[in-house]
This record gives sequence, C-alpha cells and structure tokens, in this order.
Amino acid sequence: MSATTASGRVFKYGRDIDTDVIIPARYLNTAVHAELAEHCMEDLDASFASTVQPGDVIVALENFGCGSSREHAPIAIKASGVSCVIAASFARIFYRNAINIGLPILECPEAALAIESGDKVSVDFSTGIIVNDTKGSSYQAQTFPPFMQRLIDAGGLIEYTKRVLARNNAKDTER
Amino acid sequence: MGMTMTQKILAAHTGMETVAEGQLVEARLDLVLGNDITAPVAIDEFEKIGAAAVFDRSKIALVPDHFAPNKDIKAASQCKRMREFARAMNIEHYFEVGEMGIEHALIPEKGLVLPGDAVIGADSHTCTYGAVGAFSTGVGSTDMAAGMASGTAWFKVPGAIRVTLTGEPRGWVSGKDVVLHLIGAIGVDGALYRSLEFTGAGIASLSMDERFTIANMAIEAGAKNGIFPVDDTTKAWAASVSGRSYTSYQPDDDAIYGSEVVIDMSSLEPTVAAPNLPSNTRAISEATGVRIDQSVIGSCTNGRIEDLRVAASIMRGHKVAKGVRCIVFPATQMIYLQAVREGLVEIFVEAGAAVSTPTCGPCLGGHSGVLAEGEVAVATTNRNFTGRMGHVGSKVYLASPAVAAAAAIAGELVDPSAIAAAPPRERFRQPGTNVQRRTE
Repeated sequence: MSATTASGRVFKYGRDIDTDVIIPARYLNTAVHAELAEHCMEDLDASFASTVQPGDVIVALENFGCGSSREHAPIAIKASGVSCVIAASFARIFYRNAINIGLPILECPEAALAIESGDKVSVDFSTGIIVNDTKGSSYQAQTFPPFMQRLIDAGGLIEYTKRVLARNNAKDTER
Repeated sequence: MGMTMTQKILAAHTGMETVAEGQLVEARLDLVLGNDITAPVAIDEFEKIGAAAVFDRSKIALVPDHFAPNKDIKAASQCKRMREFARAMNIEHYFEVGEMGIEHALIPEKGLVLPGDAVIGADSHTCTYGAVGAFSTGVGSTDMAAGMASGTAWFKVPGAIRVTLTGEPRGWVSGKDVVLHLIGAIGVDGALYRSLEFTGAGIASLSMDERFTIANMAIEAGAKNGIFPVDDTTKAWAASVSGRSYTSYQPDDDAIYGSEVVIDMSSLEPTVAAPNLPSNTRAISEATGVRIDQSVIGSCTNGRIEDLRVAASIMRGHKVAKGVRCIVFPATQMIYLQAVREGLVEIFVEAGAAVSTPTCGPCLGGHSGVLAEGEVAVATTNRNFTGRMGHVGSKVYLASPAVAAAAAIAGELVDPSAIAAAPPRERFRQPGTNVQRRTE
C-alpha cells in the first residue's frame, strides 16, 4: 500500500459477492490489467466500469470475493482505480490475494452495514479509521496481525519473498 | 492442547512441535500447482522475484485445463506462456493436451499428492486433495509465484468444524448429495477461514471418488480445506498411484473443534442447489419439473470413472430429451480411456450425448457449453453463481451425476429413480482404486 489515506465515493453491494461477478471467466483469457478493469463488476453492476473514479471505494457485506481463486478479481478492482474495499468479511483466498498484490482491504461489519451507495468516505490505513463524510460517522476497522502488516509494509508478497530469498542466500554464502 | 488433523500436518511442515489456531506460520510445500489461467499471472510475478530457478522442479505441476484445448487466440497465448515457462524451468509435471486432465482429477491420479502432504494450488478447488488426507488449499497467483520460488507459503493456522458422517447413502444418493447437503446446512461462508474435518463411521462407505467430490466443494462453504481421515480405502488408493512413502496424521483426541455438524447419510435424498448459490439446496422432490436446456456431466467435482458409470447406468437404453444438450466431460485421459473400454462412451453417444475431451470449459462459462440468456442447465459442477456458465441471465442447478443424467433424459429435473432403479452402490466401485490401471 503506497498511500496511507484514501477518499472517494462508495459503490455499495450485498453479501456473497463472488469472483465470477467481479471479473467474469469469459474475460480470463487475458491478464492485462487495463482489460480486466474494463469488465470489473460487469455481471453485477454493468455501469461500474464506466462510472468508477480513481479513489472510489467498494463497500460490501459478508463474504466478499467468494468462489474462484482468480487473482484477476482484486487486480481488476485495483486497476479500475478503487482505493480500497471495505467489507463485513472477506472470503479467505480473496483476502490473501488482496494483501499479496497490495489492494487495501478493511474488515468492518459496522461500516459495511451503515455506509450507503454514493456516500463519500475517507480511510486512514495507518489507524484503520473509516470516516463517512456524507453522514458524519466514523468506524474502527480491525487491524492486521503483525506478520501481515510486515507483508503489506514490504509492498506485497513478491517484495517480501525477494527479501527472504536474499536473506537465505546471504546465510548460504556465510557457510 | 490437542491439534486437529490439519494443524498436525501444518506443524509437521513448519518444524514446530505444535501450532495453534490463529498462529501465522510459514510452511514447507510438497507441491505447488497452477493452470493456464492462474499460472501466467504467477509467472509474471515469479519473474519479478528474480529467482534463477524454481525451488524444486519435481514439486511444481502445471496443467493447461481451463481454456484448453485453446479456445481462442488469447487463451492460446496464455497456454503458450505456461508451456514455455515449463520448458525453461524444466518442470517435471507439465501435462500437455493429450496427456492432461482436469487438474484436480489428474494430480491424484498421477500420484502427485499423498496423505500428509502440504499443497497449494492457484485454483480454489485445490482443496480436493483433502480427500486423501493431505492439507491442500487454494491460493492466488502471487502465492503460487512465491511458492515456486521459495517452496514455502504463509498460513494462518485454521480452527475447524468437525463433520461427522454416519449411515450409508441409499439409492442414487452419492458424495455429491452429501456435500450439497452440508453446504446448504452451514452456508457459503459457514466454514470461512476454517477446516472441515470429516470423521465418523459412515466414511467407510464412501469411495475415494466420492471423497474427492466432497473435499472438492469444501471451498463452497468458504473453508480453507476439507480433510478426510486416512483409512484402508485411502491406503489401497495410495498404493495404486504411487510408490512414495507418506505419513498418515490423525487428530488428537483432545483436538478443539469450534462446532460440529452430524449428517446421517442414510437419511439424504438426491439434492440440488438452485440458482444462484451452492448453499441454496433442496431435495430433488422439491425441484422436480424444472425444465432444462443443458445437462453437464463432468468437472473436477464429478468427472471421475464412478461418476461416469452412474450416469451411463441411467442413460443406457434411453435418449436425451428432444431439445436438450447433454455434454459429458471425462476428467482425465485415463478416465476417458477407461470409459471407452467399459462401453460407457458408447452408451452416452447412443443416447445422444456429446462426449468431450477433458477440460474445465463449460463449468466456468469458458467454452464448450456456454449458456445463452434465459437458458437453464443442470450440472455436476461446483458453482451456480450469477452468469457462472454463460449469460448473466442463465441459470445453473448443481446436482449429482445421477440427477444430471436423469434430467438429460427427462428434459427436466426428476428423481433418478423415476428413470432407473438404483443398483447396489458397489456396482460402481473398484475397491481401493480410483481408476483401474491397464495391465500391460
């Protein structure tokens, strides 16, 4: 996560939003990020891709990102300019993938329930505080365990793995 | 404090005596898997890591199964990317079209996963291998990339739900009905972040093929993995696919389970999941009469030899209903060949069904059976999300091979016993082996 704060207009969805509607499989014959973004949320909200603005926020209820392991789903969301996803809970593979690729996600059932489509929200990732600027309310999202925070701070799993491998190689050289 | 079976396997792969729920651990991997959709993304990420080689060229499996045989030029490019990487890295277990199968049927058949192994795959249905008593879970492409480079992956140690299976399925009821019933009972996030650990006297009555079907759909309840105990059936299966030694793990007597579900399998009816969630389940008697346009029999869930035997035993001597397309997808080349030898393919073709080479194509609306607006399919696959098999206005009912075959004949959802009487379950079995090998 490069930015520590984000702010944008909300696209609000329900529970069990699956990866087939986030990026339909018929578009998985490519991994080009911009192409995936063009079809993001297409089978749930056909106007999403044409109306989303950089910084906008997706808010959803329980089990966001269930179904397929396709990393194309968080990639499509990130490439469409969405600054973060707030949900009551996330499906576990989506959760991993988002952290691994650096798509900011926040788990906060209260915020997920109260925030509505079109609200403007601001998020501070360093504190986990979500402010609904439209309604004047604020929420505290769950914080990440230290290991995951290190992954996030490293810039995602690839950067983290580079460091681990470099450390292991250094140990081998010492021997 | 006692550990679950999953926790014991994770502990063994981290070098720790014990692990506990919620702990974050880095585990050694026995296999890293990817397919033509997820591997190209993983290869891009792998190249960013800058590793000169993969951690172990014999512990990576690459299978072009989703959009293969290549469905279009873009898919061909994705497959080519994976093929060239496999060549460059000298990957031992790359399976070309002609030798490949649907990954989650192929990997066990090739003996690449055994009890006690720890496996990640960039495909959500990697949880299938819990059937053999392995810890196996789906991840994304970046995890696959890091796994290929380092041979390790990070995990949050899961808690578990104990699923006790009692009784024996009756009539046409099979493993698919058991798992659909389970998902209906706990919901699509009922096992989120947790393991489903199966236990109970009923397990002895389930074949390996049925266990693969049940473990395959653990993800449909949100589970990290689903895992079966290692019993005589598992051991005989393992001996039939590999000479490699393995370790059987058992949960501790005082293992902690967050909750328990008990299913008396003898009380189940054939079960379907109505659109648009796998948890939207009901007995076939409550879904009878739903008209269908297509019946799909196959996939990583139900494309194994016993599934095809069940379907053929219902379709034998019948014709697919006028106006209905029935497509049968044996899951691997070996299963296909066996279906040919046993005369199953002849039964399907004579009935008016199309028999396809192994591919994931129709399950995810990719190719070879995509639905148009307003069309309804019954499928032995694993997901019936909005637009899953094609147009956003199409619908999918998930069901067993018996129900899908009966629906193909009737043109509508129907109890399979209305088409044919169920023979003893043993008739579909080959004890101890999931696929009978040809004796040369």
